[in-house]
Amino acid sequence: MELFTNQVLAGIATGAIYACMALAVVMIYQAIDHLNFAQGEMAMFSTFIAWQLMQWGLGFWPAFLLTLVISFVGGIVIERALFKPLTNAPVLVHVAGFIALFAILNSVAGLTWDFTIKQFPSPFGSSGFLGSQLISTHQAGMIGVTLVLLTLLFFFFRYTRIGLAMRAAASLPESARLVGINTSWMIALGWGMASSIGAIAGMLIAPVVFLEPNMMGGILLYGFAAAVLGGLTSPFGAVVGGFLVGVFENLVGTYIPGVGNELKLPIALALIIVVLVIKPSGLFGRAIVQRV
Amino acid sequence: MSTVQDSVSQTAAGAAASKKSMTIGTIATIVVLALLLITPLFVKNFIIFQMTMWLIYAIAILALNILTGGSGQFSLGQSAFYAVGAYTAGIMMEYMGVNYALTLPAAGIICFLFGFLFGFPALRLSGVYLALATFALAVAMPQLLKLGVFEHWTGGVQGLVITKPDAPFGLKMSQDMWLYYFTLFVCLVIYVLAINLLRSRSGRALMAIRDNPIAASAMGVDLPMYKTLAFGVSAAFTGIAGALGAIVVQFVAPDSFTIQLAIAIFLGMVVGGVGWLPGSLVGSAFIVFVPNVAESISKGLSGAVFGVLLFAVIFLVPHGARQIAYIIEALFQRKSKS
Amino acid sequence: MSTMLTIKDLRAYYGQVQALHGLEFSLNEGSVTTLLGANGAGKTTTLRAICNMIRSTGNIEFEGKSLAGVSTENVVRLGIAHVPQGRGTFTNMTVEENLQLGAISRSDKKEIENDIEQMYGFFPVLKQRYTQQAGTLSGGEQQMLAVARALMLRPRLMLLDEPSFGLAPLIVRDLFGILARINREHKVTILVVEQNAQLALELAEKAYVIETGRIVMSGSAKEIANNEDIRKSYLGY
Repeated sequence: MELFTNQVLAGIATGAIYACMALAVVMIYQAIDHLNFAQGEMAMFSTFIAWQLMQWGLGFWPAFLLTLVISFVGGIVIERALFKPLTNAPVLVHVAGFIALFAILNSVAGLTWDFTIKQFPSPFGSSGFLGSQLISTHQAGMIGVTLVLLTLLFFFFRYTRIGLAMRAAASLPESARLVGINTSWMIALGWGMASSIGAIAGMLIAPVVFLEPNMMGGILLYGFAAAVLGGLTSPFGAVVGGFLVGVFENLVGTYIPGVGNELKLPIALALIIVVLVIKPSGLFGRAIVQRV
Repeated sequence: MSTVQDSVSQTAAGAAASKKSMTIGTIATIVVLALLLITPLFVKNFIIFQMTMWLIYAIAILALNILTGGSGQFSLGQSAFYAVGAYTAGIMMEYMGVNYALTLPAAGIICFLFGFLFGFPALRLSGVYLALATFALAVAMPQLLKLGVFEHWTGGVQGLVITKPDAPFGLKMSQDMWLYYFTLFVCLVIYVLAINLLRSRSGRALMAIRDNPIAASAMGVDLPMYKTLAFGVSAAFTGIAGALGAIVVQFVAPDSFTIQLAIAIFLGMVVGGVGWLPGSLVGSAFIVFVPNVAESISKGLSGAVFGVLLFAVIFLVPHGARQIAYIIEALFQRKSKS
Repeated sequence: MSTMLTIKDLRAYYGQVQALHGLEFSLNEGSVTTLLGANGAGKTTTLRAICNMIRSTGNIEFEGKSLAGVSTENVVRLGIAHVPQGRGTFTNMTVEENLQLGAISRSDKKEIENDIEQMYGFFPVLKQRYTQQAGTLSGGEQQMLAVARALMLRPRLMLLDEPSFGLAPLIVRDLFGILARINREHKVTILVVEQNAQLALELAEKAYVIETGRIVMSGSAKEIANNEDIRKSYLGY
C-alpha cells in the first residue's frame, strides 16, 4: 500500500509537467481547433532564451518574466507570419506547417546552443518537500505553479471581456464577427498566450530533464495525451489529465513486469486511445453535437 | 455552404479541364513512364538505388492517399505498417527461406489484417483524435519491435540483415537494376489497382464518406465496413512498400521505422496533393531528395532549410503538385484557345 | 429623410456560383423594410453580402460610406447589427454572456449595464434565465436573445434573417411587435428578410421581392400585400 501511495505521489509530481504542457496545448486548440505539433519546440526555444538571458547576467525571475514577454510576442509573430496565410488551407496543410515549424525551431536551437545538455536552475531548489523523500521542492513548486496558472486562466476566461471575446471567437467565429470581434486577432492572441504558457512549462521542466533541443519530444506527446484525456475543450481537464497520465505512467512502470522506460509512452498512449474510444470527447470535454 | 462551394467549383473546373487534360495528362504520363523505364540504363547503381527508394516511398504515399484522400481518414502512423511489411519480408527471407517475390503478397495480406484490425477502434475517432491515435501507433512500433519477447524473430535492436536477391533467369543486370525494374513493376500494378479501386463503386463510397459521412450513411453506405476496409487496403499497400524497402536496403531495424518515417510519408502526401495519385511521385521526390538538398545548403541548419522549403511549398501551392498540374493544364487551355 | 443604405449592382458569389445578379435597392433612415422571396432566391445572400461575409462586387454604401473591402467585424462596428439565420447564439454561454458579447465592441461600461437592464425590460423571459446556458432556451427565447444581443450594439441598422423561422405565429407577433417598438422608440432602421410574407408585410412599410438574385418587385408593404397576383406568383399565398 505504501509503495502504491508513493508511486501515486511521484506520478502526481511528474504529472505536473504534463499538466502544464497540456494547458498550453489546450490553449492553442481552443483558439485554432488544431493541435500544434510544434508547441514543444516553441517551449524548448523559449527555455533556451531564458537560459541565454541568465548566461548574460540576468537573475532568474527577470529572465523568466522577460522570456514570457518574448514568447508571447514570438507566438503572435509566428502566427501572423506563418499561419495566418494558411487560414483557408485544408487541415493537412496546417499540420504540415506545424511540422515545418518544428523542424526549423529544432534545427536553429541545435545550431545556436548545440546538443550538449545544460543545467537549468530551479527557483524552488531541489531538496525534499517538507522533508519528504518523494516530492522535491521543485516538484511541489511545479504543481503549485500549474495550479496558479490554471486559476489565472479560469479568471481570465470567465471574468474579463477579452477572455469572453476569445471564447466567443473560438466557439462560433462567424457569430463573433457579427458582434464586432476581430476573430483573426483573437487567434493571434491565443497563440501568444499558448506560447507563454509553453514557456512556463519548459522552464519548469528543464531543471528535471535537463536543457537540450530534443528535450520536449516525449513530453509533448504526454501533453497531447493528457489534453485529449481531459478533454480538448477543458483547461481544467487538461491539468487533471496531466496528473492522471503521470500517475498511470508511474504505476504501469512499477506494477507491470517487463515494462521498461521505452514502453511507458506507448502504454500511456494506449490508455488514451481506450479512453477516446469509450468517451471521444475526453473526461471533461463537451461532446460536440453535429448538426446535419 | 463550403462543401457546396468546393465541389461545385471543382466540377466546373474539372469539366472544362477534362477534355484538354486527356491530352496533356496522357502526354505527361507517357513521358514519365518512358523516363522511368530508360533512365536506369544510363546511371550508376547508387542513383538506381535512390530511384528505387523513390518509387517505394511513392507506393507508401499512394497508400496514404487512398486512406486520406479517398476515405478522409487521417493517419500519422503509416510507418507502423511499413515496419510490419519490412519485418515480414525480412523474417520470411532469412528464417523461412521464402523467395523475395513471395514476401510481397504475404506482407500485403498480413498488413491488410493489421490495418483492418486497427480500423475498428479507429472508427470511433476522427480528425485530430485519429491523428493522435495513429501517431501513438507509430511511436509505439519501434519500441514493440525492440521487445525482448520478439527478439528471436526480429533480431532485437540490431535488427536483421537480408540477402540481396540476384536478377532471375541469369539476366545480365546488376542486383540494383533488377530490383529497380521489379519495384517499378510492383509500383505500376499497385497504381492501376488503386485507380480502379477509386473509380469503382467502393471508391465512390469511400469518397462519399470523406465528403460527408452523415449523408453517406444516410444513403446506405456501410460506414464501418468501408472505413475499416480503407485502413486495410492502405496498410496492405504500405506493407508491400515496406517489404520492398527491406529487400532493397538489405536491412531492417526498429529505429529505421520511427515516427519520422510516418511524418515523411504524410508530408509526401501533402506536397504531392491529397487524393491525386500521380502526386505520390512528386511527394516522394520531395521527401527523398529535398533533405539532401537542405543538407548541402547548410549542414548545421539542414532541418531549418527543410522547414523553410516546406513552408514555401505550402504557401505557394497549398494543394500540392496537383495544383501545379491544374495550372499547367489551364495554361495549355488558354494557349490552344488563342 | 436620408438614405441609410444604398445597394447598386450587387453581384455575390459562392465559389464559382453566382447568387446575386445585379441587386439594387435602398433603405431610408428610420424605415422598416422587408425583403421577401422563395427559398434560395438570395435573401440571406443579400444580408451576408452587406456584411461582407461572402465575395461580392458592386456598390454598397452605408450612411454615405462605401463598405467595399471592410471586414465583417468592422462593418458591424459601423453600426450594422445582423441577426443571422439560425440565430447564431453562443449556445455554450449564458444569456447574460451573450448580451455582454453584443456590446463587446463598446467601451462605455455603465451604459452597457443600463442597456442590459433595458433588454431585460423588453424581454422579461431573458431576465428569468439570465444565468442559463443559451442552448437550453426554447426557439422563441433564443430568437429574442439574438435580437437583444443585436440591440446591445446600439445599431443604427438592424438586419434580421428569417426571425420567424420555426416559431409559433403568436410568438412571431410578439417579436415583430417588439421590433416595431424598437424602430419607433430607438430610431433603428430595420431590414427583415422573410419567407413568411404575411406577418412581415404587416410589420414593414416597404417591401422588395427578390427572385433568383434580382429584385423583381418593390412597393409599399400595403400595395404588395393587397396585390393578389404578386402574392400568388411570388409569395405563395
